[in-house]
Order: sequence, then C-alpha cells, then structure tokens
Amino acid sequence: MALVVALAPALVGLVRKVRARMLRRRGASILQPYRDILRLMRKEVVLAENASWLFRVVPYMVFAATWVAAALVPTFATGLQFNWTADLIAIVALLGSARFFLALAGMDVGTSFGGIGASREMMIAAMAEPALLLAAFSVSLVAGSTQLSTVAAFMATEDVGLRVSLGLALVALVIVALAENARIPVDNPTTHLELTMVHEAMVLEYSGRHLAMIEIAAALKLLLYISLIGCIFVPWGIASGGSGVAAYPLSLAFYLGKLAVGGVLLGVFEVSIAKMRVFRVPDFLGAALMLGLLGMLLLFVSRSL
Amino acid sequence: MSAVDLSLYCVAALLALGLAAIALRRSAAISALVYFGSALLSLVLAGAGVAVLAGAAEITGRVLPVGLPWLGSHWRIDALSAFFLLVVGFGGAAASVYAVGYGRHESEPQRVLPFYPAFLGAMALVVMANDAFSFLLSWEVMSLLSWALVMAHHRAAGTQHAGYVYLVMAGFGTMALLLAFGLLAGSAGDYAFEAMRAAARSPAMAAVILALMLVGAGSKAGLVPLHVWLPLAHPAAPSHVSALMSGVMTKVALYGLIRVVFDLVGPLEWWASPAVIVLGAGTAVLGILNALVASDIKKILAYSTIENIGVIVAALGLALAFRANGMAATSALAFSAALFHIVNHAAFKSLLFMGAGNVLVATGQRELDVLGGLIHRMPVTAFLVLVGALAISALPPLNGFASEWLLFQSVLKSPELPQAGLQIIVPAAGAMLALAAALAAAAFVRLYGVGFLGRPRSDVAAKAIEVDRFALAAMGALALVCVLAGIFPGVMLDLMAPAAEAMVNGRLPVQADEAWQTLVPIAETRSTYSGLLVFLFIVFSATSSAWLVHRLASRRLRRGPAWDCGFPSNIANTQYGAGSFVQPLRRVLGTILLGAREEVAMPPPGDNRPARLLVTLRDVIWDGGYLRLAALINSAATQMNRLQFLTIRRYLSLVVGSLVSLLLVLTIWN
Repeated sequence: MALVVALAPALVGLVRKVRARMLRRRGASILQPYRDILRLMRKEVVLAENASWLFRVVPYMVFAATWVAAALVPTFATGLQFNWTADLIAIVALLGSARFFLALAGMDVGTSFGGIGASREMMIAAMAEPALLLAAFSVSLVAGSTQLSTVAAFMATEDVGLRVSLGLALVALVIVALAENARIPVDNPTTHLELTMVHEAMVLEYSGRHLAMIEIAAALKLLLYISLIGCIFVPWGIASGGSGVAAYPLSLAFYLGKLAVGGVLLGVFEVSIAKMRVFRVPDFLGAALMLGLLGMLLLFVSRSL
Repeated sequence: MSAVDLSLYCVAALLALGLAAIALRRSAAISALVYFGSALLSLVLAGAGVAVLAGAAEITGRVLPVGLPWLGSHWRIDALSAFFLLVVGFGGAAASVYAVGYGRHESEPQRVLPFYPAFLGAMALVVMANDAFSFLLSWEVMSLLSWALVMAHHRAAGTQHAGYVYLVMAGFGTMALLLAFGLLAGSAGDYAFEAMRAAARSPAMAAVILALMLVGAGSKAGLVPLHVWLPLAHPAAPSHVSALMSGVMTKVALYGLIRVVFDLVGPLEWWASPAVIVLGAGTAVLGILNALVASDIKKILAYSTIENIGVIVAALGLALAFRANGMAATSALAFSAALFHIVNHAAFKSLLFMGAGNVLVATGQRELDVLGGLIHRMPVTAFLVLVGALAISALPPLNGFASEWLLFQSVLKSPELPQAGLQIIVPAAGAMLALAAALAAAAFVRLYGVGFLGRPRSDVAAKAIEVDRFALAAMGALALVCVLAGIFPGVMLDLMAPAAEAMVNGRLPVQADEAWQTLVPIAETRSTYSGLLVFLFIVFSATSSAWLVHRLASRRLRRGPAWDCGFPSNIANTQYGAGSFVQPLRRVLGTILLGAREEVAMPPPGDNRPARLLVTLRDVIWDGGYLRLAALINSAATQMNRLQFLTIRRYLSLVVGSLVSLLLVLTIWN
C-alpha cells in the first residue's frame, strides 16, 4: 500500500518530463513533484474566511478514498491480503466518493471558480462513470468475475486471446482515464485560465498541506488508472499468490516498466493533441459510453467475442 | 400473543390516537402525546416485523368479523408482510420522533394531528391484509388520509393543485387495482388471497394483471409516466409527512406490486419481465434528470424518490426474468437487492426530507437559490444531511452503495438468460442504471453545495438557527442506520432472506459466517465486497494521514480572504447557483428529455440594457401527455354535449340502436 503512494509522484514527474522533452525543453527532474509536495507540506495553510470544517476534512477524505481504491488494484502481485475487500465496481464507486467530496469542497468557499470546477467535474463524471462501469462490466463478463485479482489471473491465461469486446473496453477505459485524471484533451493540468480549467478550479482555494494531500491524491489516481489498465490488459509479469516472495522482484520490475511505458505514452499523447472545448467533451465521453455499451452487448450476444 | 394480533392492536391504538387528537384538540400537550404515541406504536410494529422475519414468532393469520358479511376481513403476517411492516414501523417511528419537535412549528396542527397516526395505521393494515377487500379498503384509506395530510397547508400556493392532481391519480390507480383484483378473483369471485393463489390462469391473463398492477401500484409508487403527482404533493405536505410518503408510502405501494406479481398471480412468462425492467430503468433516468434541474429542495428529493423507485422496480423486473427461467439463486439476488434498496431508501430519503424540514423551519425557504452557507449556522443538520446525501449517491461505504452493488452483480449474471430479447435489454438497462447513479451524485452535490455550502444568498439563510433536539435525534438515528446498514449489509440480507425465499423460492448464501462482514452473493472468486473493511480502511488512512501531516509537517493555519484568482466578489450571487451548476448537464442531456431551451437576449452595441439569459424547461410528460389527454377529454365532452338537446325520436332510436348492437355483440361472443 505504501508503495503506490511512494511511486505516484514519480509517475507525474515522468509525464511532465516527457512532455517537456517532446517540446524540446529540458524539464524539471522527475523528482520535482516530491519536492513540491514537501514544500507544500511545510507551508502554512491560508484558509478562506468562509471555509467550513468540511473544507478542512475533504483533503484527507479524498486522499483516503483514492488510496484505498489504489491499494485494491493489483500492482505486481495478486492474491494479496484483503484484496477481496472490494471489487472493480467498488473501486469505481470509491473514486466516486473522492470526487463527491472534492466537488463539495469546490462549492464550500462560495467563489465562482469553485462552482465552475465542481459543476464541470460533475458533468464529466456523469458521463465518465457510467462509461467506466460499462467497461468494467465487459471485462468482468469475459473473466466471469468482478474481483480484480481473479480478472488479472484470468487475463494472463492463454485462452483469452484477442477479443473485440476487450478492445472496445480498452478504448473506453483509456478515454475515461484521460477525463478522470484531468488530462488533455479534456482538461489541462497546467493551466490557470478560467475557461479551460476544471480540476484546478475546484482546488483553487487550497493551499499548504491541504493542497499537498490533494496533489498526492491526484497522482495516486493517475497511478491507479495506469495500474488498472496494466493489470487487466497487459497482465504479464504479475506474480500470483502462490508463487512466493522470490517472484516478487521480477514482477516488481515488470510493474515499474508498465508504469513507465504508460507514463511515456500519456506524455506523448498529451503533447500531440489539442485541448477540446468543454462542450465537445460530452461527445468524447459519449463515445466511450457507447463503446462500453457495445462491448457489453457483444458479450451478451456471444461470450467468445 | 401472536404477531398479527399485536400488530392489529397497535393499529387500533393508532386509529384511537387519531380520534383522541380530535377529542383533546384544546389540550396543549396533544401534539407531543400523538407523536410520542405514534413513535412507540410504530416501534412495536417494527418489532413484530423483526420477530416474524427472525423466526421468533409464528406466521399466523386472524379473521375479524368486520367488512363484507360473507367474507370477514383476513389479516396475516408472513415473511414479506413482516419485512414491509418493519419498514413502516421503522420509518414511522423516525418520522414521529422528528415530528415531536417539528410539529411545534405547525401553524394549524389540527389539520395534521388526527390524520397522522391513522395514516400510519392504514399503511400497516395494507401490508397485513390477506384478502382483496381489506387490502383495497386499507389502500384507499391510506390514500385519502395522505391526501388530507398533503392538504394541511391548504392556503399555500400550489397546494390545492397538488391535492387535486394527487386525488385524481390516486383514484385512477385504485381503479386499476380494482380491475386487477377482479381478474385475480376470477369468475368464482373469491376474494381471499389463498383462493387467488390457488387459482390457475393463462399467461396472457397473468400479463394483463401485471400491467394493471404496474398502473395501479406504479401510480402510487411514482413510476414514469404516472409520477406527476409526486413532485407536487411531496413538497406541499409537512416535512415529516413528506418523509413518510416518500420513504414509506411508496414502499407500501411496491408491497402491493410484489404481493400480486410475485405471489398471487402465479408463474409469469419471461416476456412479461422486459417491460418491467425497461419501465424501471427509464423511471430512474427520467426521475434523476428532473431532480437535477429542479430548484425546490423538496421537489429535488421527490424526483430522486422517483429515481430510486425506478431502481427498485428494475431489480424486481430482473428477479422476474431470472425466476421465469428457473434461476432461483440469481432471482433471489436481484430480489434481495430490491428489498435492501427499499430499506435503504426509506432510511436516507426520510433523513433527507427531515433535513429539508429543518431548513424550512430555520429559514422558511425551500428554494435553493436563496439558501447557502447553512453549514455554518446549522452544523448538526448539515452533517446529517451530508451522510444522507452520500448514502443516496451510492457511495461506499454507506448503504446505498451496498444495494446498488448487489443489483449490478445480478445484472452481470444475466448473460446466462437464454432469451435474446432479455440479453439486449438487460445490459442497456444496466447502462441506464449506471448513468442514473452518476447523475444522482451530481444532483446531490448540487443540492448540498448550493444549499448548505458557500455563502448565504439571503438574510434568512444568514440568520438561520439550528433546530430542536428531537428532530436532530431522529435524523441521527436514521444516519446511523445508513452507516450501519452499509457496514453490516450481511446482517440485513440474512434478516430479509425469508421474505425473498417466500417470493422467489431461492435465497442468497448465509452471509453471517463470512469474515469481516464480507458480502459474497454468488461465490468468493466472483465478487466480494466488505463494507466494514472499506470503512475501516478509509477511517484509518484518513486519520493516520491527518495525524502524520499535523505531527511531522506543518499545523499552522491562517484565515484570509478567498483567493478566487485575485478577483473575489462580495456579492453572494456571483457564486454558482442551482441553475448555473446544472447548466452543462442541462445542455448535454436535457434538450430532449426536459425540453430545455436557452435564449440569450443580447442588446445591440451602444444599448445600455443588460443582456439576459432565459432558460425554459418543459415537463415533457405533463405537457405532451397529461395536458393533451385532458384537452382530448374536454373536446370529446364538448362534442357529446350535443346529445343533451335531441328530440324524443332520436333518443328512442339511440336506445334501440344501442340495444340491438349490444345483443349483436353478445351473440357473436357466444
């Protein structure tokens, strides 16, 4: 569990580095997010006069919900302790809890920016969450389980092969991952321009240790999605529960490799595409929703598709 | 004393309490007496329900020599009745305790007090009835008493319209029920439930009865398109009555549906189920879309009730589909999801309506756009409403998620259904339910964010004060139930297993033995969810991270003006309001389903008039369905008016003509 928290900022750093190199900039070190978080942690919190207790509780709640969700995704080994606590549907819902709290915090201070962020975030979520659930349904129909450990173990076997439904689910999942992590083309994580920001607008009033917690949670969410896509669609190298501790170093290396590939791909993708207008986003996410539904329908028609 | 006798005594006491409220109307203590009495008697009813469900009391019946002379009235508490008796008793007790405090603010208590305990009693009678006559009589009494309660503030704007629409819809619904029970009784005309259960009927007849029940019970529960009275009547009633109507009475209506469709009518063919599933899923999406754009707190909650009824009905439809295909265990899964959601919805919807009542008491306002900042003025209410909002948005680890999770698990079992029609419909319905769940979260972020957070948008909101202890205690108990039912869902499922077993001949595996209160509906490799562990993990990681950060990093804090990108404004209306929050979603989803139109009136350059944005919403079903129907009936009536002014010859020829045609039909029929 501690591993995902430790790795998450490095992943963000990697994505930023790749983006900078693609733009022929030098870019900050991969370790820069750690330094940012430490710096924020040490600073004092400037709290808006109107902020309620909810505003102060939310960063920890968001972090906790995201962390529990991230810890439940198999990273480099399946069959870990307590992995039966929650399945894929519950992980989706845990991310929903984190989003619910963050949107409330955006509304708490009573500024127009907080409201704009919360409103747009809920619009995006209203499309992205069903799409994610449908992709999850497709995957669990193929594997016959919503348990991620079982799914990952099943996907690693020979008889899965290439399937249309899984391809559709992968595309849907990638689109949702881009939207949920506030990446280009849905949102721009580096902007502070009123018309383009969603996530940043919600957390605009946060500072100091509160902001640090939210940044860690955001990084964790990115790591979660890459781990999720990794463990479902490229499950090779995940150590199964019975293989003992000896297999762990190798599978850990595999996992780090997957994260790095995911991060680099994300960076390259972000550089090569432009941001969308807000009202184009529902079309983009609607495509994910339809793909998810199509994948699921295919599975209902024939289990082998 | 058997459970059914005890419950009948309780009901008699509740009715007597109503009469006492009339007799003692001059006494100052009557309000407290009525509400405390109702709370106690409701608790006894709930206890009787639990005793039967847990197997501590026998399933017994009782025949009273009242009602039709050759029939008497039959009452019986079996597992299903016991479950709904528990819901009625539990919801009734919470609402009554709440009303001890809330009732003091009532301007005309005499318009509420006599009807309230009798309404509770009538709901209990509906779920205990064991013959059609007693059932319909109790149902009608329940409808009329709730109508009287809706009309309590009869001078307020809109109440009379609400009462009128409610009365028409209730009458229409009862007519459909009457027809359904008439068909159930058949030509023999035996009204006892036992005889109806034993009679054999064709699949087509069973499907007609199902359709009639969907109309009759559906209109009371709030199924689209028969939901129109709900968002009118629930806001008009006093808040503890709204809590009862939304949390409990809609469930009693579902009891009627379940009793007939799963029990009395006998086996249904599979082709009857897709209609139920589609109706449920459509109701869920349409209900929550309307909740998203409504700006009256109680109206939002009423529309959200429609959504939840849709979710429950969709689960019931799934249970029907599985049962028709002989998949008893899966059918039990869907059915248990429906029952569990019924309890959960009763808990969090009552809680939220009570929260709305507190806001109404403190500010006198229900419109979101004049509220705001209540979390500072009413901290306890705000916290309890937050729990309710989290629960109703189906967020783990609270109870709303546990029942939705079970529902999704049963959706995922549906590829095993053999019929192609169901295989197309079920995933589509699953997608609609997922969409409804996501939209519900948006609706409740909006309700809570605009109503309770931010800065106050009016003086009354800025000067609100927290309400009394009884109201808060009742809400606290409901919030506790929301949390506990989410953490220990296995206990609830085991409790309601006998009811599911009686209806679908299957049951979920016993959940009590699982470690860490884990839910294992099918098999351990397939799906598991432990609300307790999720709760513990979240609590542990939130507190430990907060402690570590405060201990090791910084704990300094300074208050300052809001940042707002450097341009903070003191005007409270610059915040996002109820309309602006939902604008993106309205634009994306609402143009067809809600008839949402936006018009921008932009004055030409040099003109000093302000630009205006005009948003119009149309209730598609009300305008397109009901008003059109009313216009049709009106014009038909006008046409028929001519018949009043005919000559005697024409009347005679009319009479002869109709007689001949009737005789013709009769001969062809035979």
